[in-house]
Amino acid sequence: MEEFNNLMHGFSVALTLHNLGFMVLGITLGILIGVLPGLGGANGIAILLPLTFSMDQTSAIIMLSCIYWGALFGGAITSILFNIPGEPWSVATTFDGYPMAQQGRAGAALTAAFTSSFVGAFFAVLLITFLAPLVARFALRFGAAEMFAVQMLTFCSFVGMSKEPPAKTLAVMTLGFALAAVGMDTVTGTLRMTFGYTELLKGFDFLIAVIGLFGIGEILLTMEEGLAFKGKSAKIQFNVVLQTWKELLRYWRTSLRSVLVGCWMGVTPGGATPASFMAYGLARRGAKDKDSFGKGNIEGVVAPETAAHAAGTSALLPMLTLGIPGSPTAAVLLGGLLIWGLQPGPLLFAEKPDFVWGLIASMYLGNIVGLIVVLTTVPWWAAILRIPFSVIGPVIIVICAIGAYTVHNSLFDVVMMLVFGVFGYLFKKLRYPLAPLVLALVLGDMAESSFRQSMLLSQGSLDIFWANPLVAGLMSLSFLMLLWPVIPALKHYLRSR
Amino acid sequence: MERSEEAAEAGLTNRWPEILVALFLLAASIIVVIDSIRVGIGWEEGEGPLAGYFPFYIGCILMLSSGWILVGALMKFRRAQPQFATWGELKLVMQMLVPLIFYVAAVIYLGIYVSSLLLIGFFMKVHGKFSWLATAITAIAVPLASFMLFERWFLVPLPKGPIELMLGF
Repeated sequence: MEEFNNLMHGFSVALTLHNLGFMVLGITLGILIGVLPGLGGANGIAILLPLTFSMDQTSAIIMLSCIYWGALFGGAITSILFNIPGEPWSVATTFDGYPMAQQGRAGAALTAAFTSSFVGAFFAVLLITFLAPLVARFALRFGAAEMFAVQMLTFCSFVGMSKEPPAKTLAVMTLGFALAAVGMDTVTGTLRMTFGYTELLKGFDFLIAVIGLFGIGEILLTMEEGLAFKGKSAKIQFNVVLQTWKELLRYWRTSLRSVLVGCWMGVTPGGATPASFMAYGLARRGAKDKDSFGKGNIEGVVAPETAAHAAGTSALLPMLTLGIPGSPTAAVLLGGLLIWGLQPGPLLFAEKPDFVWGLIASMYLGNIVGLIVVLTTVPWWAAILRIPFSVIGPVIIVICAIGAYTVHNSLFDVVMMLVFGVFGYLFKKLRYPLAPLVLALVLGDMAESSFRQSMLLSQGSLDIFWANPLVAGLMSLSFLMLLWPVIPALKHYLRSR
Repeated sequence: MERSEEAAEAGLTNRWPEILVALFLLAASIIVVIDSIRVGIGWEEGEGPLAGYFPFYIGCILMLSSGWILVGALMKFRRAQPQFATWGELKLVMQMLVPLIFYVAAVIYLGIYVSSLLLIGFFMKVHGKFSWLATAITAIAVPLASFMLFERWFLVPLPKGPIELMLGF
């Protein structure tokens, strides 16, 4: 029960009044981010990152991860009350959540959403608690080749699992790698693709890309939809909460299935959005009265919310243990850790146990605090959404600009934010996925250096990637993922012959 | 949500945006490949792979995938295309994008506080049709709040322009 002792120690680190205060602050900021259009988990944390520079490591990361939980909770509020998904992973929640609100059952829908989120996240944290140390210990034996194979698998999974056309996934991903390569080469010191511009020396920071792609891009998309927020007001009565909880117990099967889907999609970089859709689909397929889905079936709220949170939370497992984030938001958290000089990966568990277990303990506490905060403060958030977009829109732009500037105190970054914003809009409209771009930008240097180290070890022979069963297995799996989209066509071709 | 070209409301189809974005990606890939060749894509004895080794292959994959997208878009050039956005929607987007461009330019010359004041004031007055008082209060409150939050409490300096300089910051 080593994990248990560690966890208890973690609680003692996280459970100070000081840190609890940051938790509540983080959750509140997170819900705000989740509720506002154009600010989401990923770019919200990117913008708030500079604020934590003056804090101590543990408090800072506790606050950041609580912002993340808050954003996950916040997305549900707008989906249910306004039929506007605050986050991509809450799109599936609108299917049944909004009809429920229209039937006057907004309180029940919100309670169901928040509780399911909590359940999903809770199981995912349990998974992290017991699995993460094992993965970390296992990964300690990884060499450069194994590391590259894991990264390869991450990226190939994007091609295999995303709903977007594979060529587009591949294109934005390699664009991300190319952008990551701009600037000084970390191994040889050669300048790459700077073309004499000093601004390009430090390369493209993924935080700027995140703020532009998700923030500005989203604002442009919101603008396009014409902006009438017409929503239901909501107050949650305590007896509605109790009633809904009682009702939810009946759907334990759906919850469990959604947790499994979510954890799987979170650990592999499928992400919260596909997880929520998949869980919704599974719940509908498994239900007796399929027709009631989409018309306000509470199960249709439970399934996507549970899965989205399980995925959002378990995305932190590969981030902590392997240094490979499972989602753009996890990538931004990884960026935060790097800024404090914490290199996520197997060594983190051995070298900074205080920090790791404090973080994991804060995940438990943060979710409990989050559940209480959202249940009690819903009416305020609903009120915020009634502020017209002609006020909220420019304010969010100002927040994005401040966020982009403060990353490196550079005005060039503000211009880049705008450029990324326009591309974010175009990419979204043309069905280019954004997550692979961001992850490639984050992991580009790491993937390149592990590839080059492997090449050095093997004197330039690619055989090193097939040298032992582990690395060969990972590589085979990667290629399977990469070819996944063409398999149906291949089957069809073979059958026709 | 895909609508065909015969949809009730006229607008821009995916045809040209698709081609232009693919062309942009293709151009980016050519830059990557050329620059990688410049810094060297080979193997240096005793040092290992050169700086262009990894980006070169990345550039090649980018070239192939963007080329694939481009060919795909050109092949269905004459066919009906899903709508990108209606003209009305594009006009709304431009109403946001154009002030945004001016805002970023203003941030460079005037600093972030004055430009934010102007941006919020412009939107509230022109699009929101708020009273002068409400506009003025919001437009001043937001920059002031960010000043207190960033410069005073968290000690993060934000870009300032000539007006702040005059006020002695």
